[in-house]
Amino acid sequence: MSTTTSDMSMTLAKTAPSTVLPSSGKPAAPGDERVRRISPWRALLNRPELGSIAATILVFVFFGVFAGDSGMFNLDGIMNWSQVAAYLGIIAVGACLLMIAGEFDLSLGSMIGFAGMVLAVPSMYFGWPMWLSALFAFAACMALGWLNGYLVMRTKLPSFIVTLAFMFILRGMTIVLSTQFAGSTIISGVGDKIAQDPVTHALFQGTTFQWLFTWLAHVGVISHLPSGEPVVAGLPKVLLWWAGVACSAGFVLSKTRFGNWIFTVGGDANAAKNVGVPVRRVKISLFVLTAFCACLFAVLQVSDVGSAASDRGLQKEFEAIIAAVIGGALLTGGYGSVLGACFGALIFGIVQIGISYTNVNSDWYRVVLGAMLLLAVLFNHYIRSRATTGK
Amino acid sequence: MNAQATTPTGNDDYILQLEGVSKFFGTVISLKDVTLRLRRGEVHCLLGDNGAGKSTLIKTLAGVHRPSEGRYLIEGEVVDFSSPREALDAGIATVFQDLALVPLMSVARNFFAGREPTRKMFGMIPVIDMNLAASTAVDKLAEMGIHVRSPHQPVGTMSGGERQCLAIARAIHFGAKVLILDEPTAALGVKQSCNVLKLVHKARERGISVIFITHNVHHAYPIGDSFTLLNRGQSMGTFAKSAISKEEVLDMMAGGTEIQSLVDELEGRQAA
Repeated sequence: MSTTTSDMSMTLAKTAPSTVLPSSGKPAAPGDERVRRISPWRALLNRPELGSIAATILVFVFFGVFAGDSGMFNLDGIMNWSQVAAYLGIIAVGACLLMIAGEFDLSLGSMIGFAGMVLAVPSMYFGWPMWLSALFAFAACMALGWLNGYLVMRTKLPSFIVTLAFMFILRGMTIVLSTQFAGSTIISGVGDKIAQDPVTHALFQGTTFQWLFTWLAHVGVISHLPSGEPVVAGLPKVLLWWAGVACSAGFVLSKTRFGNWIFTVGGDANAAKNVGVPVRRVKISLFVLTAFCACLFAVLQVSDVGSAASDRGLQKEFEAIIAAVIGGALLTGGYGSVLGACFGALIFGIVQIGISYTNVNSDWYRVVLGAMLLLAVLFNHYIRSRATTGK
Repeated sequence: MNAQATTPTGNDDYILQLEGVSKFFGTVISLKDVTLRLRRGEVHCLLGDNGAGKSTLIKTLAGVHRPSEGRYLIEGEVVDFSSPREALDAGIATVFQDLALVPLMSVARNFFAGREPTRKMFGMIPVIDMNLAASTAVDKLAEMGIHVRSPHQPVGTMSGGERQCLAIARAIHFGAKVLILDEPTAALGVKQSCNVLKLVHKARERGISVIFITHNVHHAYPIGDSFTLLNRGQSMGTFAKSAISKEEVLDMMAGGTEIQSLVDELEGRQAA
């Protein structure tokens, strides 16, 4: 023990002269013999979205082989599965950010059904203009998201329990609203109302860039119907919304202070508090964001389908979480990527729609997804342990 | 009994003082009439065995607890912190044992967590200035004699000693006047402890006052300028290094005599 001490005092004495010169520190990176060159390939391996990109390629190859000539990769086929991916992608982005911050929202799916009802009831039964109903639906959902977050932060209960309660409360409310006003579990005719309202129609309904598709069909790039109209009328707006939500969320997460706070609160909430990050504000605002995404999903779906129904969004909370996990997000928080979640959603879309283009019985869809989730979790676990031990 | 008696020179340039501080939790007396005076630019070691009240004292200094009795002064002014943030703003930076680092995040992101430097993208959108964050983190760590492999490596890949040094360097960079280190060498090996002690030495050379909390006399004695000993919630006095030997410090901590008697007993048994 005493030798240890004398060693230490000697070392301290030795270092003393060098510390007089402030510039004695070696130039950091280049001269350090402890730096190991990492090839770009290995750097890529440490990215959270790698697993989902690899899986996407795998899925594309699979369906390219088994359904390549079935029309799945024709323009209308692409529109088909990309819309499924886009709907899921919107909520997966919200769920992903919330998961990186270390929380879940299991009420997401119920929120979709509820938002549809809140959109439909005032416009169909109270005579509200559609744009006001839509605004009200967004406000109500985001307020509920805030309540979710507030209760989680205030009670310090796991978000799993609090949002599980809201999963049932909101699903129940959806059914109550529906049967109370429409006398059935479905409110139809909402789509027509939206079509009559210029604001909501322009924002949420149908397709856009029709001129581009018409022109492309005219010059022969895409095929057209016998009537001369393009086989796909335009770009579905849901795809634009997905792109918009994903790009903004990705930008915020990777480039802004708030993004750094999301990683910090998810990685270690106590550490975040000690360095002055407003943990509560960050988490609550992400619950609000998730609710916003659920409402956006609902409004787009009601516009597209034309009705609001009480079973909408069933199990969507799990699909969103699965997409985020396939995309590299850790269930424990602090790690994940928006790009990855989008690829996760894309995989969903391809598998769900693609399987009906193959000879495979489409009942296998859930089996494939479950297996993919399991693989993704194992893969992420492996990647994370590599990232944190630096092997 | 206290510092004035042993060193007659510096009796008024205290950067931080606790005067007769007590802290009660219900019926438990955690601290009883503790006086601690930190001179500007010194390394002041706070020694005590487990249960001596070290943690409560640190948390009081860091602004987590308010003293039940007594006064807390910074540069002669009475302060009353209601949160660690306020203490931090007053230049009192505490590096707790958990270090407040997130293992999955990069060195640069950790270094600036909560205080990210920003720049305007396209002249309007505020984004983190990642290049500045990375280069500053590397430079500040290099100044402290720590060479990270890359500012983008996750903190989880660093050793315990490197993490401790990162946390200390971060506190210094953000303008700490007083650095409170909670058992910085507790979980470290000999060489890594040595690196941390070097860092404490560098902090002192930059004029930062340090409170170094430990139960390891062998780490405290070489680096310390003065020593305060805690036992069962009470201060056993403050001593300048010149006034006390390492063996005396060890003796005064509860462990000293007990270890000696254990040694005697073991040797006696071997002889028998």
